[in-house]
Amino acid sequence: MTVTLGWYMVLAAVLFSMGAGGVLIRRNALVMFMSVELMLNSVNLTFIAAGNELGLVEGQVAALFIMVVAAAEVTIGLAILVAVFRRRATANVDVLSELKG
Amino acid sequence: MIDYLWLLIALPLLGALTLILFGKRIGEPASGWLASALVVIPFLIAATLTVPFIAGAEPETVYLFSWIPVVGANASLLWDPLSALMTLVVTGVGALIHIYSVGYMHGDERYSLFFAYMNLFIASMLTLVLADNFALMFVGWELVGLSSYLLISFWFVKPSAAAAGKKAFIVNRIGDWGFLIALMMIFAAFGTLDFGIVFAEAHSVLSVGLATAITLMLFLGATGKSAQLPLYMWLPDAMEGPTPVSALIHAATMVTAGVYMIARTAALFELAPISLAVVATVGALTALFAATIAVGQRDIKRVLAYSTISQLGYMVMAVGLTAFTAGIFHLTTHAFFKALLFLGAGSVIHAMSNEQDMWKMGGLRKYMPITFATMAIGWLAISGLFPLSGFWSKDEILAAAFAKGGFFTILWVIGVVTAMITAFYMTRLIILTFFGDKRWDEGAHPHESPFTMTIPLIILAVFSAVAGLWNTPVRLGLEHFLEPTFGSIHQVHPAGGLTVWALALISLAVIVIGILVAYGRYGRGDLPTEEGGYWAAALNGYGVDDFYGRVIVAPGKAIATWTAMVFDTKVVDGIVNGLAFGVRAFGSSMRVLQTGWVRSYGAAIVAGSLGVILWLLLQGGAF
Repeated sequence: MTVTLGWYMVLAAVLFSMGAGGVLIRRNALVMFMSVELMLNSVNLTFIAAGNELGLVEGQVAALFIMVVAAAEVTIGLAILVAVFRRRATANVDVLSELKG
Repeated sequence: MIDYLWLLIALPLLGALTLILFGKRIGEPASGWLASALVVIPFLIAATLTVPFIAGAEPETVYLFSWIPVVGANASLLWDPLSALMTLVVTGVGALIHIYSVGYMHGDERYSLFFAYMNLFIASMLTLVLADNFALMFVGWELVGLSSYLLISFWFVKPSAAAAGKKAFIVNRIGDWGFLIALMMIFAAFGTLDFGIVFAEAHSVLSVGLATAITLMLFLGATGKSAQLPLYMWLPDAMEGPTPVSALIHAATMVTAGVYMIARTAALFELAPISLAVVATVGALTALFAATIAVGQRDIKRVLAYSTISQLGYMVMAVGLTAFTAGIFHLTTHAFFKALLFLGAGSVIHAMSNEQDMWKMGGLRKYMPITFATMAIGWLAISGLFPLSGFWSKDEILAAAFAKGGFFTILWVIGVVTAMITAFYMTRLIILTFFGDKRWDEGAHPHESPFTMTIPLIILAVFSAVAGLWNTPVRLGLEHFLEPTFGSIHQVHPAGGLTVWALALISLAVIVIGILVAYGRYGRGDLPTEEGGYWAAALNGYGVDDFYGRVIVAPGKAIATWTAMVFDTKVVDGIVNGLAFGVRAFGSSMRVLQTGWVRSYGAAIVAGSLGVILWLLLQGGAF
């Protein structure tokens, strides 16, 4: 039994759905960040798998780009999170609803 | 020498600017003398430039600078005998009136501003007269309207003066509208507004219908500016302005702009016989109508104002008869004797401490000998007594009407009747003012005016007396002079020989009758009361003002009120407020979407993404 592209895709889809579910369900901002990372990495997985299957280097390039962007995003996100926590002593995103219309 | 032509406009304009900016510092009477000098110098330049025409020189066009070349309108000036004659009248009479004003306006608070406006008027009028295209002429046309407005309401503290200024401006706008429409039609037909091209190509380009439409619109402009029926009623009210203004603008020069414009566009009017008949008829009717009103006026200036309307009627009738030379001739002589009469009236008013009611004058000839003598010449000249100037110019018009025959014989009859009425009311004016008992108010000390006022009177009296000799049936000097302008125009010529002299005798006879009737009525002891009936109607100008007030002004005001109170507040504001209300309602209904919860935004993104994926799959035929 060989591991085909479909397996990678299914795994990536499962990881992505878990990440999306985490973002929607969890209220702790830190955990939401982790879920977002999970989604990003599931996407990385599809890129690598597809690049390998098609014999293209672009899949790995895209994955590297995503890692860089994810690192930058986490840096800024965590900085905001720390700032919010200092001020409000909570990381619960439901409390932070000042932009309610 | 012709290169200095632009100075004619530039010098008075410079004077106007200088006096507006530094007038207070220049003071009285220096600013008056400065303004006078800046009209005298253009007169001298114009006189020098006119000399070649006597020797038969060709007209010239002086190009100054490019303005709106695409419509054939540049700042370029046309110097031909017609514009030369008009320039001489404007600057000559204008200079005398400026000098007169130095004395007349003595002690006025805004002495230098008065002269600034007067200089502005001279510059505007010369722009109108010297323009070599319709666009530049229209600029001058509007600017004289502006200066007229400024000067009529010069004493704007008086509500009546402010109202008269507005009335003049608004009524003139109606005429200007016609003029502007005519310009658009001319541009549509010719593709240019240049006089030379338009007049040269008129024969081949214009159909009779189009020529009639254009000329009728031009004539509407002329009725506004030259105070003809039905747009005449601003002129009597314009007498609210200082008397030199009435003399310069509302007698000698600006009001003749309409006549000048018709004469200038003779090449167009020539193609439209119907327009010409309309012009002649309106002129004749105005002459008669205004003369009958003048008979009943008590204010010395209003008599002269209605008299001006009446005389302008003669000029308009002349150009309508295609007697363009006769029209311009009467324009010139009228400029002299009417300016003289107005300045004389101003001298009387000045002496009587601003009393204008003739029934409170009387017996002034011993106190103001120079004013009396000069005004008497003006009286006989306007009445048309041989051999003064009015005799020659008025008779040439009447002879032209008679020579044209047919329908126009009626106009001749109207003209003769008007001549009799003119003689009557002018005699009435002279007798009421200078003869008979003293009917002065307490405290009146009439005295002769200073020399700055009497010298212009004397000069104008000399011209009023002799100017007519320029163009007599024996020696057609003016006609020959204007040959380069009207050479290609077919003019009506009075029959020669005995007919001319017979007609002259008829008009002399009616004039003498008019004078004698007036003498019999006013010159012997007790004055008639002149109340009620015809006299009240004439004094009131036949109620035309009330009529216009009810028929035009009142509905106009009602429409304006409705627009302001109903249409604006309900419809216009309604649309604007409704738009704002709609946007606000839509916004509040959308507010619910902004929960402030990150989760709900995330869910929306997921749902949207799923939707897009589903759609793509369906498109790809996956199911």
